[in-house]
Amino acid sequence: MSPHAQEEDPTNAYQSLSETTEHDDPRWAFGSGFEDVQAEIEAPVPDGVDAADLAEYCLMLGDDALVCSHRISEWVSNAPELEEEVALANTALDLLGQARVLLSRAAQVEGAGRDEDALAYLRGEAEFRNVGLAELGDDLDFGVAVARLLVFSTWRLALLSRLRDSRDPVVAAVAAKGVKELTYHRDWAARWALRLGDGTDESHRRMQAGLETVWPHVDELFRTSDVERRLVDAGVATDPAATRDEVDAVLDQVFAAATLTRPTLPGRGPLGGRAGRQGAHTEALGHVLDRLQSLARAHPGASW
Amino acid sequence: MSSEPTNKRTWPLYEVFVRGKRGLNHVHVGSLHAADDEMALHNARDVYTRRNEGVSIWVVRADLITASSPDEKDPFFAPSADKVYRHPTFYAIPDEVPHL
Amino acid sequence: MAEETEALEAQFDATVAADRRIEPRDWMPEGYRRTLIRQIAQHAHSEIIGMQPEGNWILRAPSLRRKAILLAKVQDEAGHGMYLYAAAETLGVDREDLTERLIDSRQKYSSIFNYPALSYADIGVIGWLVDGAAICNQVPLCRCSYGPYARAMIRICKEESFHQRQGYELLLAMVNGTDAQREMVQESVNRWWWPSLMMFGPPDGDSPNTQQSMAWGIKRHTNDELRQRFVDMSVPQAAALGITLPDPDLRWNAERGAHDHGEPDWAEFKAVISGSGPAHAQRIAHRRRAHENGAWVREAAQAYADKQAARVAGKGAAA
Repeated sequence: MSPHAQEEDPTNAYQSLSETTEHDDPRWAFGSGFEDVQAEIEAPVPDGVDAADLAEYCLMLGDDALVCSHRISEWVSNAPELEEEVALANTALDLLGQARVLLSRAAQVEGAGRDEDALAYLRGEAEFRNVGLAELGDDLDFGVAVARLLVFSTWRLALLSRLRDSRDPVVAAVAAKGVKELTYHRDWAARWALRLGDGTDESHRRMQAGLETVWPHVDELFRTSDVERRLVDAGVATDPAATRDEVDAVLDQVFAAATLTRPTLPGRGPLGGRAGRQGAHTEALGHVLDRLQSLARAHPGASW
Repeated sequence: MSSEPTNKRTWPLYEVFVRGKRGLNHVHVGSLHAADDEMALHNARDVYTRRNEGVSIWVVRADLITASSPDEKDPFFAPSADKVYRHPTFYAIPDEVPHL
Repeated sequence: MAEETEALEAQFDATVAADRRIEPRDWMPEGYRRTLIRQIAQHAHSEIIGMQPEGNWILRAPSLRRKAILLAKVQDEAGHGMYLYAAAETLGVDREDLTERLIDSRQKYSSIFNYPALSYADIGVIGWLVDGAAICNQVPLCRCSYGPYARAMIRICKEESFHQRQGYELLLAMVNGTDAQREMVQESVNRWWWPSLMMFGPPDGDSPNTQQSMAWGIKRHTNDELRQRFVDMSVPQAAALGITLPDPDLRWNAERGAHDHGEPDWAEFKAVISGSGPAHAQRIAHRRRAHENGAWVREAAQAYADKQAARVAGKGAAA
């Protein structure tokens, strides 16, 4: 069979590889639509805002996204159906994209020569600022995964929808894009909560158990840290305590439709007055960071 | 064309149609499995549009589609040389030629 | 009846000979259908099993940009598996059944995914060599005689080109990095080169089905033709990276206008496709575990959909 000219052409991609070393498809780098945000990362700190506070706040929002994205990524090649592989990976990618911009902003505002990777890979547990819910493991139990994402996305959506007005242009931009993403995540999680809650006896039991696993981490979401309090006054942050009613209302609506019961377990108390926002974590975070950071730390000075 | 007997229930097959932009028809882009219409729509956005906003999607259960079958006529009726089969399966979007 | 079949067969042959596409509801020879189901299913399985070696590194990716790229790539592979299972389903099989055949080892997947991904250089090399070989195999399939398969492949090939580029780009970054990184790349290429050559299948003399598949327009080139093309394209790429391909017999043959190369260890190839590949048991066990762990979820969604449908029907009846 004589080779067709049309068939030869497509392999040009292969031949032209060395010419495209700068290839950096934005879909992969930041998720689509983050190009504009990238330009704003270098924007000056808004007047009257403490740079250290702003950096810390970006770490809080960024670490929540990074660590939760890590947990969702654990599902890759383990999802209950192929369609859900795609949905879960999309969610993990969205959160990773948010984390990258926020960590880049934190590094920029900090002004100590670090970048997103230095912050993600070279900080220790106590320097992470995420809430406990983000680091909660699920042992590949879909009921726990759905419960965690339901609560996390409902809460984060409430935060981000308020942060669209933030005086920090990067926080505002991440929020504007993130609201669309989180709406999608919450929709996905809520629909799965319905299917599991009102599906079979087993799925009902497991979805309820998932909620019970997640519940002790809910109170922490609504505790306002000192940094947040100061930044609320400066017009940069939003007060998480003020989102509680909205989050409760959404969750109650889902629980009712899904025949689930709102858990009554007590919240996990702080450690000497400190919790995730102050760097006091559960034992799980160390294991997350062990995996996340191992390769980067094994090759100091390497570029990838 | 009969499927092999199976005692397991697979989620039903859906066909996905996407309107890439205003002014164009919905075009068949592929299939997926979903337990219900809403899941199908959600997954279609994830898989076939990467959540591109402003894109309109139709999903329809494959078993609800009525299709003509060319081979019911052929070969008793002379096939026309430029016959276009319209079975809604992976109907290519015209500009999706691989420029690799 | 025989006459009718003959007429149908003649029409089928004419369609294939004219390089037009066969569509799902057309008459087709049983052998054609069987061959396609086997090939498309094997291809779909390869995409899904192929998520594992790369998935093994997502959580440990050494930069956030690399993590995002790898996540997106592995996600694409799930999508490709879906497209291909859907193409197979137009031939009258269902995905659940094909998945069962995979995890019962009644159907195969590409031999390459029976090798482990042991370093991050493997992520680059899988993109460069494995996806590169896959592209060589797949580009001709965009013109396969079976319409749904050809259309799935067009979509897949378009996305695969990104995969290969990211792999090569990672390797370039690594060979321009530290000594340890350069060593990782060479070590990885040493492990993956021969298995990549095996991806094109056994030598032509030992590939009994090739002629029939070519006559049917399912296959467009022989295994050895594609392998040769892959070798010729890889040599300058390896040179640009400054790494050595582990084949002492590899040299340019000006007379042929192609590279002479050594033979892969075909005994190893046969052993690997018979199930003794270093990662085979792990891959199958992983896929089985995911499928079985998901059963209660799939059942729940179906039960919920049934309840909802009944509720809607009940409302309709009441109204």
